[in-house]
Amino acid sequence: MTHFMVLPLIITAVMAPALLLFRDQLAIQRTLSLVTTAVLAVICAMLMVQAATGEITVYKMGNWDAPFGIVMVMDRLSALMITLTALLALGVLIYSIGTKWDARGAHFHPLYQFQLFGLFGAMMTGDIFNLFVFFEVLLIASYGLMVHGGGRLRTQAGVQYIIYNLAGSTLFVFSLATIYAVFGTLNMADMAAKAATLPPEDAALVRTAGAMVLLVFAVKGALLPLHFWLPNTYTHAPAPVAALFAIMTKVGAYAVLRVFTLIFGPSLALTGTLFSDLIMPAALITAVVGMVGVMAGGSLARVAAFAAVGSMGTLFIAIAPFTEGATVAALYYLIHSTLAAGALLLVIDMVQARRGTCALELRAPIVQSGLVAALFFAAAIATTGLPPLSGFIGKLFVLDALRDHPLSVWVWGVVLITSLVAVVGFAQAGSVVFWKAHAVKADATPAAPATGVALAGVGGLLALIVLMTVAAGPLTDYLTDTAAQLYAPEGYIGAVLGGGS
Amino acid sequence: MELLVAIIIGSLTAVGTYLMLRMRTFPVIVGLSLLAYAVNFFLFASGRLMLNSPPLLYVDSPHTDALPQALTLTAIVIAFGMTAVAVIMALTAYLNGGTDKLDMENEAPEVTPEERGQ
Repeated sequence: MTHFMVLPLIITAVMAPALLLFRDQLAIQRTLSLVTTAVLAVICAMLMVQAATGEITVYKMGNWDAPFGIVMVMDRLSALMITLTALLALGVLIYSIGTKWDARGAHFHPLYQFQLFGLFGAMMTGDIFNLFVFFEVLLIASYGLMVHGGGRLRTQAGVQYIIYNLAGSTLFVFSLATIYAVFGTLNMADMAAKAATLPPEDAALVRTAGAMVLLVFAVKGALLPLHFWLPNTYTHAPAPVAALFAIMTKVGAYAVLRVFTLIFGPSLALTGTLFSDLIMPAALITAVVGMVGVMAGGSLARVAAFAAVGSMGTLFIAIAPFTEGATVAALYYLIHSTLAAGALLLVIDMVQARRGTCALELRAPIVQSGLVAALFFAAAIATTGLPPLSGFIGKLFVLDALRDHPLSVWVWGVVLITSLVAVVGFAQAGSVVFWKAHAVKADATPAAPATGVALAGVGGLLALIVLMTVAAGPLTDYLTDTAAQLYAPEGYIGAVLGGGS
Repeated sequence: MELLVAIIIGSLTAVGTYLMLRMRTFPVIVGLSLLAYAVNFFLFASGRLMLNSPPLLYVDSPHTDALPQALTLTAIVIAFGMTAVAVIMALTAYLNGGTDKLDMENEAPEVTPEERGQ
């Protein structure tokens, strides 16, 4: 069983170049890609079941002992994240095959597997330099996917996205160098063990290093004022790619949770509540700007992009206190907002394919208007956090967990008011697209209706949202254990550094 | 020597940042390359500056830390690859859009007939 935990990495790393061999045989590529992603989902779920027992599995690359070699660590949080990634990826892949998105440019499927490789790696690694390397892997795959299908605006948005992330990566290396200069190690468990023994005169360096890493993760997580890459990227990326990118912002959130509970944890005297105090105001502003953007989007894609920014704000509000209760809420909301953003972006693509544009201007009613409207309605309810779907439960958790926070008035005010603003924004957008459209006569030839496969992709994501609403109890039990594991880093440190294998 | 290295890193970073803010693809990519040089120097220096010392751990004489050198090598390779991608993408965007400006208008995404399934 020891090699089992790196299977998600091995499979994706092997399948990505293997799929390249079938570059001209789309049918084979599709089958292989689907089977691979489905198998990955099963493996990740098995790893999650294994992690649920509380066991922290460590895989030493090349059998070099930590902290000298690179380790992969599978604890509850990592297992949860890779499972979420695999499920989202499966739904999105089904959709992109059903809508032939994958045929609109070269190498969709190999890049998709490389993207998953980078994502899994970033979520599993126990070494912070290796985290940087996996960030680059997932970024370089995402550059290719972002401009899949080409087009003037998409390429321009792609350049913006690349430049922004290159700057972010450079900052990441700067912060890694600072970290190495202070800690003398890059293994996260080793850093955590050494953090407590650092002399007080290193406080300035430690705080600087921590703040720089936080900035890098804030770029990834689209935390204001570093969110500028997101709206254009989500708006112009091919819809399935944008839907897959829903997990990319969560990688930032994951990395914040990992690094700022393990290394720069809340109990570390040198940093104290510095990071919590930095994240909270930024998160509040992110939520406000995101949801105001929903009102002023101008096109459905941009509405969804800003909704994604806003949901990251809510997520970081729940992360910021770095307490167990708030982290449970954050994790629940993280899963929810990933699935909701994915589903919403796919539904918007269905609208766009039928209308010819997703700009919020009056057009004739679309084909299958009722069905698409119902899907949009469901995705919008989930995104804005109205009952009965999991967004409501998620926001309720967040509000409840932050009841005793010093800024609780602000948190409650922002979360509630931004939710209302988002509801208005989505209602406005939906009524223009689906309702007022009936006043316009149809002229152009209607677009082809969706295939069952495409609907299965969207439906699958929405079904997962319903599932996490119904199964909120068992899921929260798992998340409570996850948070407990995060705030007791001795287990993680012991598993990685503890003698022998 | 510390002062010299610090000045080099500082000037490279300053020039790189300035060029990054020019908002046109060519200066931005040159700026990114300069930032990459700066960060490589910085990474190299993070293991402390030592002259004429072998990168070996188990010798009695003074030795330098080998790990930052390995990290720098990794960072160089990654920065090289990423710059190549950025150059190609910038060129494609220039040829497609006829402009090398980085900022964009707030436009709704284009939808090709192919994307409408027609």
